[in-house]
Amino acid sequence: MSNTLLACDSLSMRFGGLVALNQLSLSVNAGEILGLIGPNGSGKTTFFNVITGIYQASEGRVDYQGHDLARMSAQEIYRAGVTRTFQRSRLCLPLSIFDNLMIGNHRRLDHGLWFNLIRRDAFRRQFEEQYAKARELVRTFSAPLAERLLEAAGSVNMIDRRRIEICRALISEPTLLLLDEPSAGMTHEETRELMDDILVVREHMPGLSIIIIEHEMNVIERITERCIVLNFGQKICEGPYAAVAADRQVQEAYLGTA
Amino acid sequence: MKRLIDPASVFPALASMAGITLFAVLFLHAESQEAVLGLSAGAVVILLLLARFGWNTLAAASFAGHSRTGQGAVVIGVLIIVAAFYDQHFPLLMLATVLLYIVVCLGLNLQFGYAGVVNFAGAAFFGIGCYTAAVLAGHTALPHLLVVLAGGVMAAVIGSLLILPVLRTYGHYAALVTIAFSILFRVFIEVNDALGGPQGMRVPGMEIFGWQLNDSLAFGDIEISFYANYVLLALAMAAVAFMLVRRLERSWIGLNLDAVRLDETACAAFGIDVARWKITAFTLGNFLAGLAGSVYAMMTGFVAPNAFTFGDSLILVSIVILGGIGNPWGLTVAAAIVLMLPEKLQFIQEYRLLLYAGLVILILLFRPGGLMPRQVRNYLPGWKP
Repeated sequence: MSNTLLACDSLSMRFGGLVALNQLSLSVNAGEILGLIGPNGSGKTTFFNVITGIYQASEGRVDYQGHDLARMSAQEIYRAGVTRTFQRSRLCLPLSIFDNLMIGNHRRLDHGLWFNLIRRDAFRRQFEEQYAKARELVRTFSAPLAERLLEAAGSVNMIDRRRIEICRALISEPTLLLLDEPSAGMTHEETRELMDDILVVREHMPGLSIIIIEHEMNVIERITERCIVLNFGQKICEGPYAAVAADRQVQEAYLGTA
Repeated sequence: MKRLIDPASVFPALASMAGITLFAVLFLHAESQEAVLGLSAGAVVILLLLARFGWNTLAAASFAGHSRTGQGAVVIGVLIIVAAFYDQHFPLLMLATVLLYIVVCLGLNLQFGYAGVVNFAGAAFFGIGCYTAAVLAGHTALPHLLVVLAGGVMAAVIGSLLILPVLRTYGHYAALVTIAFSILFRVFIEVNDALGGPQGMRVPGMEIFGWQLNDSLAFGDIEISFYANYVLLALAMAAVAFMLVRRLERSWIGLNLDAVRLDETACAAFGIDVARWKITAFTLGNFLAGLAGSVYAMMTGFVAPNAFTFGDSLILVSIVILGGIGNPWGLTVAAAIVLMLPEKLQFIQEYRLLLYAGLVILILLFRPGGLMPRQVRNYLPGWKP
């Protein structure tokens, strides 16, 4: 196997008496697309929230490029190159599409008072540079959308909002991208297009690894190289999609025991 | 109307400013209650008619395309009003008060218009500036420009005591913290004899490099009210504060503040330090309030606790909401309306809080964006992709 990018070691997350993640250990290889599947409430989104610092893990470690993500704040984790999308859209709808993309681009921008207030020429250069970059990225997903960057994010339809969210997670060129159910609320055709776009982007960013949570099994089958199945916060199976889908334990977790 | 006038030309902006200036002069000049009422009603009808013909979008486009000229026109408009009432104290005092309140409201706009930190203690921070000026100008030989600066710094420093409780609470609870502070401030001043207690304190007039702002200027037979000095000073302050807030909004910092208001979880996931930007907005906003307060105290020559009540803080908040949360132009217009109307319409005086409350409810119900709703951020005016 290639080198490991992220390794969780007996990671647990408890909310009072509820155990959302139970001694979970798994690893992600550099450059791979890993599918994370499992029934509702199996701990997939909790896993994302723990490794992005939204929740503080109850115990365990998350090794990532020499850091322990379980002990870092969300801000530090972002700066270390881990970005994500949310299951329910978290765009700032009154702000422009460009504004939303720049929120994702935070670590590439200069936030000094002096730079922003006084050195307006330098600000203009940075703005124009970033605008061109944002436009180019959005164009990979949708050419018409790339011409609407200065419109409010609330004025575009759901598919475009999802595209903006993915672009917001991609624009700072992360090392690890976490996609939380990107197909939610979209048709099969739209989902397929979106996945094609993500694969195109990945070709431009060779180092990028992706973990994707998805209920659309044909998405998982088509784009992932490996899958991990969670149930009750534990890993119950791991391997290529075909092997996982044939696993008896997985079928029971999804369909119940016969 | 769009077919008749090119929206890219500077004409709509200049014509609007000329109209507003003319109206302001007539309004301030009107003596009888009937005349004031008639003018107000007339203005509403004319504005509605103009809006019907699309004048406001035309003027907005024109202002956006010629922002420098537009801002210059506003300054000239104020100077024309000063010239029209050069020897009358009352209209000039009112004008200076409006300009200083605009500075305070620009600060509030930073706080809750952008960063979402609700502040119901605006009048208290204004009051801290007033009392700082009263103490420093009355009892020390500190140059008055430094006194003004100290007023701002004092408000920012005392405001920082509130930062911890404000950061640790959300929404309504943060608002309650500031309400408590606003009441605390007034009680503290009232029981504090060193600060004059309920009777208040006298404040000496301002002096900048030997220029006594409380001396009337006389050219031969023409004597100019000393309040004209304060109008000029307040105008300069309002202009600088306006530019500051505008530039802040049109930068990555403005974006951070908006993001903090709209979604703290998304902020954290993208490395935005929520506490840092809330503190920046809160401190800068209080600084502006204190700055305006210290000039106001030296202008009126007197400070007393009953000028800084919770009700006064509510008026400040209602100005920002009426104008259009997040829009500096909106609060400028709203400050003029909210402060001048009750002064001219005597019978409103007693019911002014009632009137503002009603207005705010109507605005929130029917036009939540305010009189002049905020537009999507435009980082570089006139820039096109």
